[in-house]
Amino acid sequence: MAVITYRQALHDTLREEMLADEDVFLIGEEIGVFEGSYKITAGLLDEFGEKRVRDTPIAEEGFIGAAVGAAMQGLRPVAELMTINFSLIALDQIVNHAAKIYGMFGGQCSVPMVMRTPGGGGQQLGATHSQNIELYYAFVPGLKVVAPSTPADAKALLRASIADNDPVLFLENLALYNTKGEVPETVEPAEIGKAAVSRPGNDITIIGYSRMATVAHQVADKLEDEEGISAEVVDLRSLRPLDRETLVESVRKTNCAVIAEDDWLTYGIGAEIAASISDGAFDSLDAPVRRVAAAEVPLPYAKPLERAALPSAESLTTAVHETLEAVGRRR
Amino acid sequence: MTEIHMPRLSDTMEEGVIASWRKQVGDRVERGDVVAEIETDKAIMEMEAYDEGVLEKILVEEGQTVPIGTPIGLVGDGSGAAAASVEAEPSQPATEASSEQTRSAAAAQPAEAPAATGRETGSAERPKASPLARAVARDRGVDLANVAGSGPNGRIIRVDIDTAAAEQPAASDAEAPAGQATSESPSAATAAPAPSAGADEDVEEIPLGNIRKVIARRMTESKQQAPHFYLTSAVDVTDLVAFRADLNERLQAAGGPKVSVNDLVVKACATALRANPSVNVSFAGDKLLQHKRIHLGVAVAIESGLVVPVITDADRKSVSEIAAEGREKAGRAREGKLKPDEMTGSTFSVSNLGMFGIEEFSAVINPPEAAILAVGETKDEVRVRDGEFVARTVMRMTLSADHRAVDGAVGAVFLQQLTALLEDPLRIIA
Repeated sequence: MAVITYRQALHDTLREEMLADEDVFLIGEEIGVFEGSYKITAGLLDEFGEKRVRDTPIAEEGFIGAAVGAAMQGLRPVAELMTINFSLIALDQIVNHAAKIYGMFGGQCSVPMVMRTPGGGGQQLGATHSQNIELYYAFVPGLKVVAPSTPADAKALLRASIADNDPVLFLENLALYNTKGEVPETVEPAEIGKAAVSRPGNDITIIGYSRMATVAHQVADKLEDEEGISAEVVDLRSLRPLDRETLVESVRKTNCAVIAEDDWLTYGIGAEIAASISDGAFDSLDAPVRRVAAAEVPLPYAKPLERAALPSAESLTTAVHETLEAVGRRR
Repeated sequence: MTEIHMPRLSDTMEEGVIASWRKQVGDRVERGDVVAEIETDKAIMEMEAYDEGVLEKILVEEGQTVPIGTPIGLVGDGSGAAAASVEAEPSQPATEASSEQTRSAAAAQPAEAPAATGRETGSAERPKASPLARAVARDRGVDLANVAGSGPNGRIIRVDIDTAAAEQPAASDAEAPAGQATSESPSAATAAPAPSAGADEDVEEIPLGNIRKVIARRMTESKQQAPHFYLTSAVDVTDLVAFRADLNERLQAAGGPKVSVNDLVVKACATALRANPSVNVSFAGDKLLQHKRIHLGVAVAIESGLVVPVITDADRKSVSEIAAEGREKAGRAREGKLKPDEMTGSTFSVSNLGMFGIEEFSAVINPPEAAILAVGETKDEVRVRDGEFVARTVMRMTLSADHRAVDGAVGAVFLQQLTALLEDPLRIIA
């Protein structure tokens, strides 16, 4: 099995989908001549030409609107928003158009488009370029939001997103592009809305998505090696629809949970997860559900402050330890 | 229209019984009128009206028990004979609550218990437990009230239930006759040891009255929490008995009431407590409370149980005052008419079973007191004095003390001085 980067997996999938379906085209800022800010689209302009790899002006509302129109007309646009921060400029097109058209017009046409975009901080890009605002989209009925954490999932979910007839926000993460993982020769499209128990365990459930799912794995491995703690990791993979069943099933087994999220705590994704656990696994809970999230500040630029503000393996480990203590499994 | 609620008539009262209605539906009620008699955990008390009007509806019939705060009647201007909206509703929780309590021996879950009325009764605290612990406790028939929580803030967590459940069947196994291999299901193992209801026609179920409930709770609390130790002294009361006879002759001549040996014991206790303040204490968790005043509880047996009227400042009262007050309060106690504040606040108690021919016994401490004196009968015995057998009158008394608050030597010195006082009776009235 090939070991490739998350970046490579995205690139390969885009290329394969374009080869397989002429209706798939790419649109976004600097994706063609410059080959993308994060080089996901490297070489694709040369291979597929300007018609299918369209460089746009710095005008998110414009090119997302164009993608909505193209999708309504039957094409399958894959738009690249350079970072999720810039999606705010296109918020009206995404929330009021892409998400609403199918429902508001009686299902006359669907909007099969994908918006690929990386979130995440930790790169010293300052408060406005380091956000994790996927919640804004996960909140909106009519949209789907997926957030793969591994190269294999990136591939499976991007295939699924492009094939899906609804608008999908495909969340990437700056810190994941260079991570590597095994990717099988052929990857079937994933089922959107399915979480994965990516590491089975019995003592505690750690729930994460995107970058924090990988942090959850590091923490779980270390807990196993050093303390013999068997942590189960649930990788959400999809924020909307949310796979509540898998979450609840895991907590019913382990009786306690810690949620790891890169966004802010208050009203964050973790709040929805905690509520879902409370609904579905109340009688199985032996301790309150804990959340590990970013400090509630605009992310500082200074490296030590930025590091301190973001959730980390250390802060997750602490929360896991405290939760295990609360259920009497660690003294 | 105004609701009349079951009042809180004592600090420990959680529910009350309507002993009788003094007003009937349609009767005019003035502020201060006695509308009903309420039996609390301690006494039967008169309940006065706060509002005036006409008693329009009785919501809780005589003999029924309801938690404090429950509406028991309606006072209005007389126009509304019966407000349909409140009909019968309040009496329902009452029966629910009591049936809840009678089956508390089974796996009663405090969470499901009397709060049924939706009103905070103020006590009956819900134990902190994780949802999982609650669910497991429910399944395995573990009463959370008996489980110590090891989680944060004393929260009961799953492991605590596992531990408690593991201990439970073991205890009942030990009680089972040896050699009888019974395949006990968990529920059978945790069931109350008493014969199950309805199984035995030879057993009559008697619901607990309030006083019985309080005795059960407080005595259990005392024996479980206060480590008792016992000191017994045989007092030569030959002189005391003679002194009492002499004293009574004089009192009678003066038209005063007679004093009993117990009155003299009470007075002597008060005097000895004044000299030994470290016995006049209460254990209060992280501190001792040293009581500056000496209030003596005197246990009185009544039909429904036991009550302890209090003689306040007993060290400052004369023996005849103690005798008169004790007799008057015991009389009212038997009628159930003692007020709660006449039964609270004692700092030491005396219990006397001498009249039943009991030679000696050990009493259970009446919390939050730190000690109680159990007094036996006075009887003639042969004793040795200066190498000679002599007939003397002897009375045995046993001090039960809470070792958290009082040490053996402290208790012994107290008992020694008390004995000396009783053997030299003039000093009692000095």
